[in-house]
Amino acid sequence: MTAVTTGPGGRPDGAALILGSTAAITARNLRRLVRVPTLLVFATVQPVLFVLLFTYTFGGAIHAPGVTRYIDYLLPGILVLAIGFGASQTGVAIAEDLTTGMIDRFRSLPVPGAAVLAGRVIADALRNLFVAALMIAVGAAIGFRFHAGPAAALAAVALAVATGVAFSWLNLLLGLAVRDPESAGLAGLFPVIILFFTSSALVPVATMPGWLQAFARANPVTVITGALRALCLGGPTARPAAEAAAWLAGLLAVAVPAAVARYRHATST
Amino acid sequence: MTDAAIVAEGIGKRFGPVPALDGVDLVLPAGGVLGLLGPNGAGKTTLVRVLATLLRPDRGRARVAGFDVADQPREVRRRIGLSGQYAAVDPFLTGQENLVMIGRLCGLSARQARRRAGDLIGQLDLAGTAGRLVRAYSGGMRRRLDVAASLVAAPPVLFLDEPTTGLDPRGRLALWQVLGELAGTGTSVLLTTQYIEEAERLASMIMIIDHGTVIASGTPGQLRDRAGGDRLDLQAAPGEDPRHLAGALAPLGTGEPVVDEAAGRVILPVADLAASLPAVAARLAAAGLHVSALAVRRPTLEEAFLAVTGQPAGPSAPGPDAACPPAARPGPARRTRSAR
Repeated sequence: MTAVTTGPGGRPDGAALILGSTAAITARNLRRLVRVPTLLVFATVQPVLFVLLFTYTFGGAIHAPGVTRYIDYLLPGILVLAIGFGASQTGVAIAEDLTTGMIDRFRSLPVPGAAVLAGRVIADALRNLFVAALMIAVGAAIGFRFHAGPAAALAAVALAVATGVAFSWLNLLLGLAVRDPESAGLAGLFPVIILFFTSSALVPVATMPGWLQAFARANPVTVITGALRALCLGGPTARPAAEAAAWLAGLLAVAVPAAVARYRHATST
Repeated sequence: MTDAAIVAEGIGKRFGPVPALDGVDLVLPAGGVLGLLGPNGAGKTTLVRVLATLLRPDRGRARVAGFDVADQPREVRRRIGLSGQYAAVDPFLTGQENLVMIGRLCGLSARQARRRAGDLIGQLDLAGTAGRLVRAYSGGMRRRLDVAASLVAAPPVLFLDEPTTGLDPRGRLALWQVLGELAGTGTSVLLTTQYIEEAERLASMIMIIDHGTVIASGTPGQLRDRAGGDRLDLQAAPGEDPRHLAGALAPLGTGEPVVDEAAGRVILPVADLAASLPAVAARLAAAGLHVSALAVRRPTLEEAFLAVTGQPAGPSAPGPDAACPPAARPGPARRTRSAR
């Protein structure tokens, strides 16, 4: 048992510790992603189902402006939906870590809270990159095409992933606040469902009753979907992209410091 | 740096109207093993959480490994290991992956973390299962992995919060073996437990807490003295009613005799064996009672616990019952108080 008392080597400080621990937490969450069945379903089956179900149920009835195929109009919207649904699992996971004592363990180690939370968000961003690629591939198989060139296509994927990052931070805050995995899941899904159906994700805002149009236009899902559509379909992109970026920056400015502050005092009892 | 691994003064913590800790003082000398004993809800876990920087105390101060838990939590966290009441290891990682992750979080390089994980896997006898997902582990293996995780950074101060609660006898004995070896290496350990035998086996100092306050502390020997005098263990001869035995001998004791009717045993507290033995023999002869065995011994810690708290310590540890012959156990695990 001699090794127990002799230190196993130097302990780096500052940046090295933060980077190393963020990488370790990211690796842990990526492993969970492929090993926990519900996470795997949220990352694979659900996005594919969204593409196919929405295309074949609404596709015949809705005639969206400016596109010949509904899938071109739909895909940006359901990208936001799939990423929003997936992000609810971020809140579930952090609440689970709280109740199982994993957060207690992390907090008893010299790891900054930001590293624990960032490690989760980075793993989620990689998952969302995969989700976006999968949905685009399935969409392409049934007729989806990028119409604004490869640079805009890449920018669309980047915006989708950035949206996921903002949603993940919001769900981290939720999960740390409600502290119960099931409540965190519901609390994470509910706003996404409401915002999704009151946005331009499925239908043009102009088809909605007047009183809803004002809300739908301000809805962040409409704004982000609008920017994604501009990047996918072509047309003016600067203004929608700037609006979407402003929404995401605003959400992050609130959620990141609040989540880090919550984490600092989070404990399982 | 002070010599003490832990110094706590007047720690108080409330949850709503309920005081979980109400002015706890504690000193753990470097290299010592302090057993924190108390019934469920006594405040043991809250105290560990305060000392491990997870909870801020409402009042009082504590220094762990020379650093203040409230003002310098990062410094404290570099020097402690915590193995909590619920094994906090990731069920969807393998044992090895869990330990490597903790190593990285403690600031080891990837290579150092792998080497350290390998060392601990060997030490805690996890070699056969280190490559499997923790989800498939037995409770005992999970606990051993949790203890291994708390040792990754080779911390000078180790907190073990009820490390063997919920383990089967084999798992408990195996973990005791590991913890006993660990205590011998100079690591300072604060161990909470409901099991008196665990405290007695592992700790050099014992502190009993209840309702958030310290009600007794000292070496196991000093605590036994709190129970007063010696204990006379009598085994009624087959067919004899141990209650008659207790009734006949009660006037010779310094306290109420304890009768285990099912086992036919009587335990009588006596002031001094040498003086009381002839009187006991005379009484037995006069009453025509027979005993098949008679022994005198020091009080057990459980009896000390009863004396200071007025209630049993909690569920009796089933471990050594199953593993050791009954003769090796000084006190019976379950007993009923005499009706008299």
